[in-house]
Amino acid sequence: MIEFTFWDIVRNLLLAARWTVLLSLAAFIGGGIVGLIVLFFRIAKNKWSRRVASGYIALFQGTPLLMQLFLMFFGLPMLGLRIEPWTAAALGLTFFASAYLAEIWRSGVAALPLGQWDAGASLGLHYLQELRLIILPQAFSITRAPTVGFLVQLIKSTALTSIIGFEELVRTSNAINNATFEPFKVYGLVALIFFVMCFPLTQYARRLEKRAAVR
Amino acid sequence: MAFAWLPGALGDIARGALTTILLIAVTTLAGTFLSILGAAGRRNGPVLLKRAIAWYVEIIRNTPFLVQLFFIFFGLPSLGIRLDPMLAAMLAMTLNMAAYTIEIVGAGLDAVPGGQTEAALALGLRSRQVFIKIVLPQALKVIFPALTSQIVIMMLESAVVSQIAVRELTYEADMLQARTFRSFETYFVVTMVYLVLSMALRRLLVSGGRRVLGAGVS
Repeated sequence: MIEFTFWDIVRNLLLAARWTVLLSLAAFIGGGIVGLIVLFFRIAKNKWSRRVASGYIALFQGTPLLMQLFLMFFGLPMLGLRIEPWTAAALGLTFFASAYLAEIWRSGVAALPLGQWDAGASLGLHYLQELRLIILPQAFSITRAPTVGFLVQLIKSTALTSIIGFEELVRTSNAINNATFEPFKVYGLVALIFFVMCFPLTQYARRLEKRAAVR
Repeated sequence: MAFAWLPGALGDIARGALTTILLIAVTTLAGTFLSILGAAGRRNGPVLLKRAIAWYVEIIRNTPFLVQLFFIFFGLPSLGIRLDPMLAAMLAMTLNMAAYTIEIVGAGLDAVPGGQTEAALALGLRSRQVFIKIVLPQALKVIFPALTSQIVIMMLESAVVSQIAVRELTYEADMLQARTFRSFETYFVVTMVYLVLSMALRRLLVSGGRRVLGAGVS
């Protein structure tokens, strides 16, 4: 058996945490891009486009993320795509994030007074210009707190990708635990690492919320 | 896509779904109770208790549920506390949910005007009666939609407890796909079961809340 010192455990966990961070970033950026597309459909004038987008959001918010990851992992190979845990994890979390971000931003769009649209139209802007120059910047600005809050949720959600075999923090900790038989220490450290990543963001989101409440 | 295995698997899926429902029912009751105590303690308790509750909330909210579950199931036995999977899952889910609902219930308590307490005290009610009969019902009414969402989220999150071999819906799906070799179809069917469960749970809570609390939630 290999002997693990305390620092071996910490070092290995921190090395694995890089993948947690990377996956969170990839899913947040990917989810932001796809979420923007979903948002366009969700607030479009066409009734059917709105319905499809609502259905998409309800589907991802009404099923467990773990199931979504399993479907990615086992479903994409059926389409003939060779898939590795990283691809399934990043794609699964991207779609998951897109549904939540689209819904958050939609609430921002809905919170704007209709006069903003009218004002844009009266300036001679067409629909996309209106969105880009007037509506979306304001919608993003008032939903910054929940967006950061969702990022925290996303970071925590990356833990589930350990179950489909992606080598991030939790999967590495399982392996270390199997070698050292010190679950209390290992999972305690993992919780601490997640806490260090998430807590500053939580505080930041709280500050944004307070500032928004004052305004 | 092949679903020939489905008729023979319905029993397993139903059994798993029942366990999931049991888990979320226990969690909802215990979690809500705990969060009422927590929210009240955070407002009126001694300083040390207030601080302890605040830390508890932060720690749970900033770490993944899966890690909390592993910590409780694998970590606690080294302190001499050994739980069977079902109990560990219920404990982890309750502790997790309470951290979120303490904040929600607390917001509800803050939303009840102070005049309500003063009026009740003036009528000669004892402070515990004031809390249980006057403040709490009004607070629950305000926060009911948020509470409903949190319960549904917890139900979806409970899929994770399959990882410590609790025989709930996801666990049954894992077993089925290992037997049928139809992974995608199995998880697809079970995902749809979860979707139906979450929609039904939301509807049940909304209509129940309307009847019991008169909460005007949509």
